Amino acid sequence: MNATIFLEIGSGSGCVSAFAGKILDTSTLYLTTDINYRACNCTRRTGSQNNVTLDAIQTSFTQALHSRLKNSVDIICFNPPYVPTVSTEVSEAQDLRGIEGSWAGGSDGMQVTNIFLSVVHELLSFNGRFYLVALKENNIPEIQSRMKTLYQLESKIVLSRRAGREHLSIVRFKRALPGLS
Amino acid sequence: MVRLITHNLLACHAKGCTSNNFPLQFQNVQIELKEAEFNPTFLETFMPKLEWKALVDSAKEASATISRYILGNTSLPLEQPEMLDEEFLKNLHHVLLEIHVEEGIMICPNCKHNYPISNGIPNMLLAEHEIG
Ligand SMILES: C[S@@+](CC[C@H](N)C(=O)[O-])C[C@H]1O[C@@H](n2cnc3c(N)ncnc32)[C@H](O)[C@@H]1O
Ligand SMILES: [Zn+2]
Repeated sequence: MNATIFLEIGSGSGCVSAFAGKILDTSTLYLTTDINYRACNCTRRTGSQNNVTLDAIQTSFTQALHSRLKNSVDIICFNPPYVPTVSTEVSEAQDLRGIEGSWAGGSDGMQVTNIFLSVVHELLSFNGRFYLVALKENNIPEIQSRMKTLYQLESKIVLSRRAGREHLSIVRFKRALPGLS
Repeated sequence: MVRLITHNLLACHAKGCTSNNFPLQFQNVQIELKEAEFNPTFLETFMPKLEWKALVDSAKEASATISRYILGNTSLPLEQPEMLDEEFLKNLHHVLLEIHVEEGIMICPNCKHNYPISNGIPNMLLAEHEIG
C-alpha cells in the first residue's frame, strides 16, 4: 500500500507502528502520539530497534498536528483505551497521563474514542484509511452507522478475534464515494 | 527526535491562539545528526505538504546554533524550485530527515507558549484551561 503519512494515536509500546513500518514501503513518514511521556519514549525505541524511524509526539490525540495534517493522512491507527469504567475515572486518567490512561474508557468504554471519532474525518486523505480497535461492548454497529451518517465514513470489520475475555475487532473506515451506496 | 519534517507539522494549539501560531521557534537546541536513507520519491511526494517558508527559516535557525562544518549544508532556495535536481534533493533530504533536535524548547511566535523537547520527545501537552 502507498502511504506518505502514517499516524498512530496512543502508540504505547510502539509495536503497531513498528510493525507497520516493516510491512509498508519506505516512502512513508511515521508519526505517533501518546499523552504518556514514557509511552512516547518506548515507541521511539521500539522503532529504532526495528530500523523504523518513528517520530513520537507527546500530545492528546492529534492536537498539535491537527491544523497541518488536514486531509493529509493516508493511514491512521488507534487502539484506544476502550475498557468500560465509571466516567470520572476517565477524566482522572486523562489528566494524570499515566498508565490508567491506557485502558480507562468510561461508560461503554467509548468516552475517549468518541473524541477522536468526531475529528478523524478531517485528517484522512482522499483515499485514507482509519483502523480502530474496538470491543464488542463498545457497540460496533452503532459506531459504524454513526460514522456513516455524521461524517460519510463507511466501514468494515476487517478482523475479529477473542483475546482472553475480550472480544476484539478491527474496524476500517474510509471516505464513502459520493453517488455510490 | 524532532526532525524538521515533523517540526513543519507542529503548530501551537493553545486557547485562542489561531493565527501566527506556526512555525514554532527553536531555542537552546541540542542537535544530533543521523544519516537516513536517501529517497527522492518520498521527497517529491512530500514537497507539496510542506510549508516551505517555515522550513527555510527553521533550517536557518538550526544552523545558527551549530557550526555549519558539523551541520552540513542547510541552505534551501526561498521558493520551491520547479526542476528538482540531485543537489537540491540531497540538501532537502538532509534538512528534513537527518537533523534531529534532541533537547530544547519550541516557542509559539504568537502567544509565547513554551513546548519543551526532552530526550527527543516534544511535549505538546496543554493543561485543561489552556486548551481552546
Ligand atoms: C490500549 S493502549 C494501546 C497501546 C499500543 N497502541 C498497543 O497497541 O500496544 C492505549 C494508549 O493510548 C494512550 N492514550 C490514552 N488517551 C490518549 C489521548 N487522549 N491521546 C493520545 N493517546 C492517548 C495511552 O497512554 C496508551 O498508550
Ligand atoms: Zn500560541
